Amino acid sequence: MSKHKHKKTEAFDFNGGWDYSPSPESTGHVKLKERYDLYIDGEFVAPNSGKYFQTTNPATEKVLAEVAHADESDVDKAVKAARKAYENVWSKLSAKERGKYIYRIARLMQEKARELAVVETLDAGKTIRESRDVDVPLACNHFFYYAGWADKLEYAFPNRNVSALGVTGQIIPWNFPLLMAAWKIAPALAAGNTVVLKPAETTPLTAMLLAEIIHESGLPAGVVNILTGYGDTGAAIVNHPDINKIAFTGSTNVGKIIQKAVAGTGKKLTLELGGKSANIIFEDAPIDQAVEGIVNGIFFNQGHVCCAGSRLFVQESVADEVIQKLKDRLDTLYVGDPLDKNTDIGAINSKEQLETIRKYIKIGKDEGASMYESSCELPKKGYFVRPTLFTDVAQSSRIAQEEIFGPVLTIQTFRTIDEVIQKANNSPYGLAAGVWTDKGSRIFNMTSKLRAGVIWANTYNKFDPTSPFGGYKESGFGREGGLQGLGAYLKIER
Amino acid sequence: MSRLEILKTYKIFIGGQFPRTESGRYYTPLDKKGQPLANMCLSSRKDFRNAVVAARKAFGSWSEKTAFNRGQILYRIAEMLEGRKTQFVEELVKQGSTEAKAKQEVELAIDRCVYYAGWCDKYQQVFSSVNPVASSHFNFSALEPMGVVGIIAPQTNGLIGLVSTILPVIAGGNTCIVLASENLPLCAITFAEVLATSDLTAGVVNILTGTEKELVEQFHSHMDVNAVIYAGGNKEHALAIETGADCNVKRVFVYANDFTKATDENPYYITDLQELKTTWHPIENVGGATSNY
Repeated sequence: MSKHKHKKTEAFDFNGGWDYSPSPESTGHVKLKERYDLYIDGEFVAPNSGKYFQTTNPATEKVLAEVAHADESDVDKAVKAARKAYENVWSKLSAKERGKYIYRIARLMQEKARELAVVETLDAGKTIRESRDVDVPLACNHFFYYAGWADKLEYAFPNRNVSALGVTGQIIPWNFPLLMAAWKIAPALAAGNTVVLKPAETTPLTAMLLAEIIHESGLPAGVVNILTGYGDTGAAIVNHPDINKIAFTGSTNVGKIIQKAVAGTGKKLTLELGGKSANIIFEDAPIDQAVEGIVNGIFFNQGHVCCAGSRLFVQESVADEVIQKLKDRLDTLYVGDPLDKNTDIGAINSKEQLETIRKYIKIGKDEGASMYESSCELPKKGYFVRPTLFTDVAQSSRIAQEEIFGPVLTIQTFRTIDEVIQKANNSPYGLAAGVWTDKGSRIFNMTSKLRAGVIWANTYNKFDPTSPFGGYKESGFGREGGLQGLGAYLKIER
Repeated sequence: MSRLEILKTYKIFIGGQFPRTESGRYYTPLDKKGQPLANMCLSSRKDFRNAVVAARKAFGSWSEKTAFNRGQILYRIAEMLEGRKTQFVEELVKQGSTEAKAKQEVELAIDRCVYYAGWCDKYQQVFSSVNPVASSHFNFSALEPMGVVGIIAPQTNGLIGLVSTILPVIAGGNTCIVLASENLPLCAITFAEVLATSDLTAGVVNILTGTEKELVEQFHSHMDVNAVIYAGGNKEHALAIETGADCNVKRVFVYANDFTKATDENPYYITDLQELKTTWHPIENVGGATSNY
């Protein structure tokens, strides 16, 4: 493995060009199977079609395992199992017992946290630091949090009777594979539903490990079914007539297709879609903290974050300073082996996504924006992009309007508060926003006027099971997390 | 000599004013005996668009009014409605209701205004939360209005259906464009006159008359409408709205009830049209002092 080499910048010349030694996380304790089957009705079964596809490590382009490609008949089998489990077992179980199963899943996940983190990093390309410190703990905590709700649902929605919906179909993305599975499964089970879940095709492995954990927990057969596959598998779930609720996290384009498909079926729907979130730096902000916040906002998880702070707005008076510090900081970021504990930015999740990001970088240049990228070396193998930022970006630029889903930041400047509120809200999306200022009254002015579901003030990209997450406008509807996240999985009597 | 009665010209209500439809068209709903009720404006898609512009323009100032102030204005609506009780009863009777039923409907409508007036500064506390995150942050979730809401009011119960769909929407700080009942439209325009004299910001409620068939597409395809309430009772139209809502991920609510019962009013009609916003801020964590004094 090559050592990281960085351009010496004036601001970050630590004299002597010392560098970190590689510090890779061991994979020795992880034993992946060659092949993963579908988890239906409490058993691991081969897909009816007999078809499998490969999942690769995006950092090495090496095949990790092959996983089943579920078709319509497999989905039907899973939905029947989920319905049977709902009618015969899960809905008959006392809420307390239901909660205890979910607690048990949380505990088993905690026990296997290291394995889950390593596999997540292998399959998704995200840094081990992130899988270990963010994804996996949050996923465990999500189960632990919702477990406790199972026997307290009557307190959640005042003066209403609530009941489970039945069978839920859930489709999750590749950016936080295990965490998204937890966000979907935990509240669904706590509310008394059964589950048919499909992980993304590029990141199926931790979902299958979760299936094994769920199996080990002794959860009654059919309560959770996990089916790997492609878009056609997802479509079969969305269109299955015996599903009562669809929960989808993914792109706005696919979300719109699902909204149309579900129309008139009476299925309850929640959508957590794309974003183009504004991160706003005022002149009185603590600049060094804000620079760290910008970096975390856009480069966390390689920018594969629906709420990434991908549009930076800097007040004109501090723009030169912020941009210079940002460029300096960019050059200190370690891009490379996701298993290395020193790595800041891991691999791009897939070849397709790499091409999308490159396409947008080209669009940015063609539109006349000025590009700056880190001078770091990229590994020879695998899918990597240098952290990149664009200045001289127009509000109408495609790179400032469309979701790139990669480590690419656009920078615009502003003079007045009114101007930046208008610019920030001028987007079809409304998932998140960040504000950096030392002035309390300004924070509340900004946070109440920004049209987005999550606002981070003097911080960014923070998540918690108790904190509802979800968007305004074309970023989708419904919330995940917290008491409010239960509403998505309950029938609330009028 | 008998005096010649002055007949009322029913117009539409956009941006706080009473224009005729830009299309110059009209339609003539009939009463039970087949006699014409009035010449109503047959609103066009251009009227709809104008109404959306007015609603969007009003959204900022209406949503930023204090909750207490919104409550006072909604209460004022009840006061104005009470003062015009006789007129509403007469119109309902004209449209085929009995005197007793008409009186009941008007009184229910007035009381419902008072009900939602009271909720204006209360639902936030009931449905908001401070979230105990496992990090050094203060984190809270609060409700905010969705924005511009399209409402297709119930075809039956020309007054109570209209009031019951509009009130929770504006109580929560949204603005709206409402299509009144096609065959029972008289009260809708008279209600607009009530709104116009209740200190309600111009453009918060815009009321059109016309046909669902012609305007339903505008409700789901307009890119500056954030949510649609469909209470018209036509399954085909409900489906059209649900199917077309994907263009800008509109939130769609189909209400099947006729809003005549006491249970047809509750704060969940307000929260349907609310977004939940969660805000994070770090908590300073220096030094060793704790609160164990």
